[in-house]
Amino acid sequence: MEQELRLMKGNEAIAEAAIRAGVDAYYGYPITPQSEVMEYLMAEQPEKRTGMVVLQAESEVSSINMVYGAAGSGKRSMTSSSSPGVSLMQEGISYIAGAELPCVLVNVVRGGPGLGTIQPSQADYFQSTKGGGHGDYRLITLAPSSVQEMYDFLITAFDLAEKYRNPAMILTDGAIGQMMEKVVLSEQKPRRTEEEINKAFPWATTGRSGSNRRIITSLELDPARQEQVNLHLQAKYAEVEEKEVRFEKVQCDDADYVLVAYGTSARLCQQTVKMAREKGIKLGLLRPITLWPFPKKEIASLINQGVKGFLSVEMSAGQMIEDVQLAAAGKVPAAHFGRFGGMIASPEEILENLEQKIIGG
Amino acid sequence: MEDIKKPENLVYKTTDLMTDKVLSYCPGCGHGVIHRIAMEVIEEMGLSEQTIGIAPVGCSVLAYEFMNIDMQQAAHGRAPAVATGIKRIWPEKTVFTYQGDGDLAAIGTAETIHACNRGENITIIFVNNGIYGMTGGQMAPTTLEGMKSSTSPYGREQKSMGYPLKMTELVATLPGTCYVTRQAVHKPGNVRKTKKAIKKAFQLQQEKKGTSFVEVVSNCNSGWKMTPVKSNKWMEENMFPFYPLGDIKTPEE
Repeated sequence: MEQELRLMKGNEAIAEAAIRAGVDAYYGYPITPQSEVMEYLMAEQPEKRTGMVVLQAESEVSSINMVYGAAGSGKRSMTSSSSPGVSLMQEGISYIAGAELPCVLVNVVRGGPGLGTIQPSQADYFQSTKGGGHGDYRLITLAPSSVQEMYDFLITAFDLAEKYRNPAMILTDGAIGQMMEKVVLSEQKPRRTEEEINKAFPWATTGRSGSNRRIITSLELDPARQEQVNLHLQAKYAEVEEKEVRFEKVQCDDADYVLVAYGTSARLCQQTVKMAREKGIKLGLLRPITLWPFPKKEIASLINQGVKGFLSVEMSAGQMIEDVQLAAAGKVPAAHFGRFGGMIASPEEILENLEQKIIGG
Repeated sequence: MEDIKKPENLVYKTTDLMTDKVLSYCPGCGHGVIHRIAMEVIEEMGLSEQTIGIAPVGCSVLAYEFMNIDMQQAAHGRAPAVATGIKRIWPEKTVFTYQGDGDLAAIGTAETIHACNRGENITIIFVNNGIYGMTGGQMAPTTLEGMKSSTSPYGREQKSMGYPLKMTELVATLPGTCYVTRQAVHKPGNVRKTKKAIKKAFQLQQEKKGTSFVEVVSNCNSGWKMTPVKSNKWMEENMFPFYPLGDIKTPEE
């Protein structure tokens, strides 16, 4: 069969993937640089294509709680936003994690703090991978670095969310959201029927069946029982860390030094690897695809393989570097280089910093 | 005695849609009655297997322990958004929220107004007792002027604490609402009227007429620091003049 190809913006790829993944509901609120997600959906009228519902809420607070309701009733549901909007959603995300509801959230990150800038950034790494809202919880966090991956990861994110009954986040940035690339589209998946929902998600509130009724809640007033809830969540997170780590390695086999970068930064780093190799520096790139679970074992095995130092390259003042350093455990140097506040580093700057901070240091 | 308990003599039984759990509400509180009549309506209308209820944060946070149907507990004030999320993708199900005044009229004001303004086909049951019960009797947006609470210990004073908010009159102005009423459950006659109102609200939801909104003015004898009997009298004398009972908006015939 011939491939279905289309030239699309990253944000549009997310929207088209949602329709084709058989998503039931998108609830959102406009914010730059991700408004094309809802604009595309509204123009496309997925209600006519698959019956998918698209609703513009009055706020991000409301849209995340609409997702909570739909996900609790077994429907594939999602929202998307950008940094300030995702901050507003943190209460709802914590409730979703506590009630163990599968859903997908997209954060097209812009520079902060505060209202910041509408230019791309990676400064929401801590928020996504370390909690963000209150309580001990984790978000499965996927970091696409191309428009094709925006499309593919939306589908992967739903599969992982449903497998673990956990919210999954696509953490991307304004550059990938706005840029256009070729996308290979997948076939239309049907939305689940009520019967399929009841079979796949027996916990979902679809209306009591006989004496069997379902409750969606994150409340447990008895601390001894709430501790058990937390232990259950931690066991689930440990399983995700064991089984779902995803990453890509570029020229790491003979590398003396390795750049660690995701998303837009990883694309720049590919160029740096090429430039370094031309200068005779054996440089590789480790690109985490899942930011949580973080590929910490891979860092350890690169050290065993002989890597002498890591440079974490981020569009932030230094967030992922903490995970790189934890995984490197002081065995080899690990430093950070970042441009931030909406600025993007050049491959030359990255190479310069590698030479100064790691090779020279 | 056993002779009298014959089936033909039975005129009342508790609905199966209330669980056997002992209610967590203070003796004298109206919540238990409102729970029961809401569940009776759902049972009588044959909606038990297609209804999803949303519990709030506040005294009735554990409503799902007592209402024996599928339920979701929502974050504080967000119940109308949660209900919208469900109803939009399950348009044939019956969806209702059960909320107190802090939940609906303070932290959830935006969610309430916008769900009503979109005319979501949901039913909102709003229990107004003019105080935050669960957190220990703090001032609510609906606390009357001069009324004492733990955060207005000298009485609510309008200049610095604002005016009591009439959410029900407010949502009645929105074109998305089809039925807006204010009732009470302190006397048997009022209980019957409230039950009728809740039934009408669910019927209109089934007819897809828009948002149906039932306020129930209730007492909080613990928060008001009165006996149940005295609190009901105080409610009649003080709450009802400011929050008058009756229909505020009914659908055009």
